Amino acid sequence: MTATTDLKKIVIEPVTRVEGHGKVTILLDEENKVQQARLHIVEFRGFERFIQGRPYWELPVLVQRLCGICPVSHHLAAAKAVDRLVGGEELTPTALKMRLLMHHGQFFQSHALHFFHLASPDLLFGFDADVAIRNVIGVAAKFPDLAVQGVMMRKYGQEIIKATSGKKIHGTGAIPGGINKNLSIAERDELLKDIDQMMEWGRGAVKIAKDYTVENLEKLAPFGSFDSNHLAIVKPDGAYDIYDGGLRAIDSEGNKIFDHVDNQVYNDYIAEEVRPWSYMKFPFIKSIGPENGWYRVGPLARINSCDFIDTPEAEAERKAFAAVTDGKPCNVSMGYHWARMIELLHSIEKIQELLNDPDLQGEDLVVKGERRNEAVGIIEAPRGTLFHHYKIDDNDQVVMANLIVSTTSNNEPMNRAVQKVAADHISGVPEITEGLLNHVEVAIRAYDPCLSCATHAMGQMPLTVELFDHAGELIDRKSKG
Amino acid sequence: MSADRADVLLICYGNPGRLDDGLGAAFAEALQGMAPKGVEVDVDYQLTVEHAADAAEYRYVIFVDASVGDCEPFFFRRLKLGEEVTFSTHSVKPEAVLAMASKIFGAEPEGYALGIRGYEFNEFGEFLSPGATKNMTAALQFMLPMLEKRSFSEVAAEYGDTAADLNGEMKCKTESM
Repeated sequence: MTATTDLKKIVIEPVTRVEGHGKVTILLDEENKVQQARLHIVEFRGFERFIQGRPYWELPVLVQRLCGICPVSHHLAAAKAVDRLVGGEELTPTALKMRLLMHHGQFFQSHALHFFHLASPDLLFGFDADVAIRNVIGVAAKFPDLAVQGVMMRKYGQEIIKATSGKKIHGTGAIPGGINKNLSIAERDELLKDIDQMMEWGRGAVKIAKDYTVENLEKLAPFGSFDSNHLAIVKPDGAYDIYDGGLRAIDSEGNKIFDHVDNQVYNDYIAEEVRPWSYMKFPFIKSIGPENGWYRVGPLARINSCDFIDTPEAEAERKAFAAVTDGKPCNVSMGYHWARMIELLHSIEKIQELLNDPDLQGEDLVVKGERRNEAVGIIEAPRGTLFHHYKIDDNDQVVMANLIVSTTSNNEPMNRAVQKVAADHISGVPEITEGLLNHVEVAIRAYDPCLSCATHAMGQMPLTVELFDHAGELIDRKSKG
Repeated sequence: MSADRADVLLICYGNPGRLDDGLGAAFAEALQGMAPKGVEVDVDYQLTVEHAADAAEYRYVIFVDASVGDCEPFFFRRLKLGEEVTFSTHSVKPEAVLAMASKIFGAEPEGYALGIRGYEFNEFGEFLSPGATKNMTAALQFMLPMLEKRSFSEVAAEYGDTAADLNGEMKCKTESM
């Protein structure tokens, strides 16, 4: 951008109710027309350097330091890579099912937190409702039943994580080639006590998201929306999966770009572009190139990409979701919310199935095989596909690490969403209100970004909106949070 | 959780992989084996909504976190319901946890914040800075007799809107979290 002398600049920093530090800048000209809108994610670079030199067996625990919101995802992605380093990728049934239970517990709590406590204020009160009530306390006051459900679903997922990984923070459940504990009968029975209630709430959550989307489709369809490619892992039979499978990429019409790609060769298919204005990289599909090869990940991409879901209730909901777009991929950004709740329902169905599986009480926990010096672990985290790639030397020390986190893959889509909303809702209006600025945040929140930054000490994380005139002078500043 | 016996819950939070952001977890670890009867300690990366359900089961809830305010070595103060309930991220503020405990679960535990001054947050590392370690030790010495006597209200009232300083050399104004 060169002709900035006649522009105003609006900065939203950090973006509220997304994790870590994000900043939105919107450049307006003298007629308040949007000239440029960008989401800057202040990702903390340096984690890959931090783990270099550490012994590989520390990785599954070490990587949890990366993020306070999705530590389980990093734990499991690293564990999958480390399994391969020790030749133990063919897990025992007990180890595999314990990890699946942990993973679905993480999905269940993460999606519940996002929907009920981060997204619901926008959906229940309106995008430009009074900010004093458009928050989770407002939800608790006006819709106490929903607030309770959100809290208790989140808590239930956390209890599963604790039971499978040993503790809530820095869990040690997944170890090279397996798991370090099974699920005791007492733990299983405790979790089964609430399963029927969680199932009922899961069904209710899908209904809320579906009804909201269908009833508001005319408004939501263009909101921050655009055609895109989609990426996810799928099982060999095309089934939805969040723990293991080959990579599948489809275009906006549903045509396959690649399918069932072996995780170990992901970098033959995916590359990352660096842009001078962003700390965060922009991944893209190599065969298409950086300009058009970017893709969405996360709930929307997963539901779009799979052929079916292997639990009955979530599959019925997936079909209803697909019917809205006549079986084609949904490219509506706000469709993430409905897709996310279908996933939540699937996770609680899976949790119920797993809790009733006696393999969880098995005692064959670890396998090992031929050692390797390089491995890739890919899983679907709640926010999207998560890549962990490591190389180790003969002294078992990590010499190379490359992580592509979900939010990085969604970097370009979120930027597109910001640009679209800014152009549609902010451009040319005489006064930029908080409600209008919240429209931008609503679009970002649909992706549930996690900005890889769990530092949060008391006194940090205000939201600052700064308005600059065309000469670059600060003319207004608002803070919240 | 033994809610039938325990009446005090300490929620210690932060990321131990981010240097002084791990003050909460380090405090919990230091307290291990020394916590008086009836005191439960929970450790988590961040404060989130489900802590409202936990908080609702106790008479006293103390939030322990790293602080970046001016107060050294720490501050201790009573939290007021309805104060600072704006949400900024997936994590929530202590006042919001208390507000949710009240609005959703009809419980009104007395809430307090212990903010231990930290200095280094912007790198990865699993250790505290020397200054943070010193502050944590001071905070522990400050808290132990209070936990024993359950004298939170009295101590908070004594300090009012000021932070405790064990050296007696200064009392500084606290900032809202």
